[in-house]
Amino acid sequence: MKRFSIVLSAVLLLVALLTGAVQAAPEPIRIGLNLEMTGAVAAYGQMGYEGIQTLKEIVPFKVLGRPIELVLVDNKSDKVEAANATSRLIEQSKVVAIIGPMISGSMLAAGPIAERYHVPIIGPSTTNPLTTQDKKYVFRACFIDPFQATVAAKFAYQNLKARRAAVLSDIANDYCVALGNFFIKEFKSFGGQVVSVQYIKAGDQDFSAQLTAIKNANPDVLYIPNYYTEDALAAIQARQLGLNVPMLSGDGADAPELFKIGGQAVEGLMNTAFWHEKAATSQLSKQYVAAYRKKYHKDPNAFGALAADSMLIIMDAIKRAGSTDPVKIRQAMEETKDLPVVTGFVTIHNGDAVKAAVIRKAHNGQWDYLATVNP
Amino acid sequence: MSLQEFIQQLLNGLSLGSLYALVAIGYTMVYGILRLINFAHGDIFMVGAYIAFYLVGVFYLPWWLSLPLTLLLTAGVGVLIDRVAYRPLRNEPRISLLITAVGVSFLLENLGLVTVGARQKGFPVPGMMASPVRILGAQVGGVSIWVPLISLAFLLLLLWVIYRTKAGMAMRAVSRDIEATRLMGADVDRIIAFTFAIGSALAAAGGILWSFKYPQINPLMGIYPGWKAFTAAVVGGIGNPTGAMIGGVLIGLVEVLTVAFFPTLSGYRDAFVFSILILFLLLRPTGLLGEPLKEKV
Repeated sequence: MKRFSIVLSAVLLLVALLTGAVQAAPEPIRIGLNLEMTGAVAAYGQMGYEGIQTLKEIVPFKVLGRPIELVLVDNKSDKVEAANATSRLIEQSKVVAIIGPMISGSMLAAGPIAERYHVPIIGPSTTNPLTTQDKKYVFRACFIDPFQATVAAKFAYQNLKARRAAVLSDIANDYCVALGNFFIKEFKSFGGQVVSVQYIKAGDQDFSAQLTAIKNANPDVLYIPNYYTEDALAAIQARQLGLNVPMLSGDGADAPELFKIGGQAVEGLMNTAFWHEKAATSQLSKQYVAAYRKKYHKDPNAFGALAADSMLIIMDAIKRAGSTDPVKIRQAMEETKDLPVVTGFVTIHNGDAVKAAVIRKAHNGQWDYLATVNP
Repeated sequence: MSLQEFIQQLLNGLSLGSLYALVAIGYTMVYGILRLINFAHGDIFMVGAYIAFYLVGVFYLPWWLSLPLTLLLTAGVGVLIDRVAYRPLRNEPRISLLITAVGVSFLLENLGLVTVGARQKGFPVPGMMASPVRILGAQVGGVSIWVPLISLAFLLLLLWVIYRTKAGMAMRAVSRDIEATRLMGADVDRIIAFTFAIGSALAAAGGILWSFKYPQINPLMGIYPGWKAFTAAVVGGIGNPTGAMIGGVLIGLVEVLTVAFFPTLSGYRDAFVFSILILFLLLRPTGLLGEPLKEKV
């Protein structure tokens, strides 16, 4: 009996110490990260995570005198998992805002859940216009697809002098199909002709049948608005089949894997992208680029920069709202105006960030900067 | 569709199908011996690709050394899995074995995610595999010509082992009746281990050739090819290596020609393949070349 009471008092003492410690420090503000850490587009989620970790080195993660605690959930690049991760972050982790998913298809699944719970969710790179449409709580930190499709179509028609375009898009991803369709519409409106439209599916690695059909339609530009793995595989197989026309892609091509997988085959591939470090002019951009290089020993990328932007947008909104009530944070996010972020300055309008696009060209395993196009 | 395009599509299908065939042969061998559908087979395929990746891309060994070394190491992984996961269950109900196989599959995938990371790696491709080749007016990557030839060579080698060697005789005996073979004094566990070694080496060969053709590897890369190869094995008659080869080529052709003739349906190519699987399971479960199951009285 005596030993029991000793144990009991030790436990009580421990509990008292622990709760005391918790009470002493201000309670953290939880922000959820719903990212693609594994699966088909793991590179986006991991780059996004790196971006936020880099930001932590240059900006204190503290708002309203309280520290920020990040809660990371891997959505496995999967729509269903992305939806589950959203409920879990809100219900169990009690987050006040969510960053991610990185891709539009997953945001179309996750967004409505955040909307239902009245918790703001921001996709760093979810470009599909439908993600924020008719939603009060869903945001994005990037431009939208109709804009980058216009930029791409204009570039193909005027700069590449292409008149016959072929499109190869990934039918399993809302982003790819929609971006392909926007391009088709824009390219036709410039007076061009779309000679072949073919579909692939993420996870399939053999596109030889589709590319053979495209080759026989004799296009002079190939638009591949897909994610990096599919773009690299399509480039390799196109070259093997003897299809040697210029290739143009969207922001999805932007991952080091494009070069690692594609090798020589992606040389000369062009894309419309969110950001190029050469376009980084603000103080914060330069700090970020330096901190990223120091921490990860490689060139910074757009996905990391946009995830950092998302974090800055949320922290700024919490500060202006003066509260951690998700409804008030959402209101403040919508009123974001000329906020300095990593990719420049951001203004939010109806949940969408208004931002410029850059055009780049793959050369010797990295991206050359060609031009910036403002909306 | 022009004749030239048709030939090109046939070559596309043949080379894809031969890859499925190589993996399907491994499936079918293990099934023939143990009546076990080794769901981890697709993941052994992935392990083989990674071993080759590290030997060539990280340790810079030449291909002539890396290839046999990869087959050997992957065969070792197959034997180890059998020893650790399947052998202790040999006298348990078959369903336990099947569930264990699914477990091993998840284990390999997640072990891969933790150790080598989820992000795709670019696979080093030797020049003769990458450079385009022209045949009959059609142009394909070199690998597309090599794959069917290599698959056929492996099949012939395997048939020779099964029907012309002592080890093969023992394998056939085990597949007929494990208990009787054991009573005759044969070391059944060694024969089964040998089967796993060969099956896994074939999976590794498939993994390497697959990565030559589609040079990106990730820990989940074995899932889809695994399912397709399983379908090929069933279509060809599970338990029959020649059937697996035919089934593989057939599945590859169906996939490519579906897309070639019905481009608007290309999103459904997997649906076509798996519909074939369901049809076969319903109408002809023994496949094209499988022997009808003999009821044991």
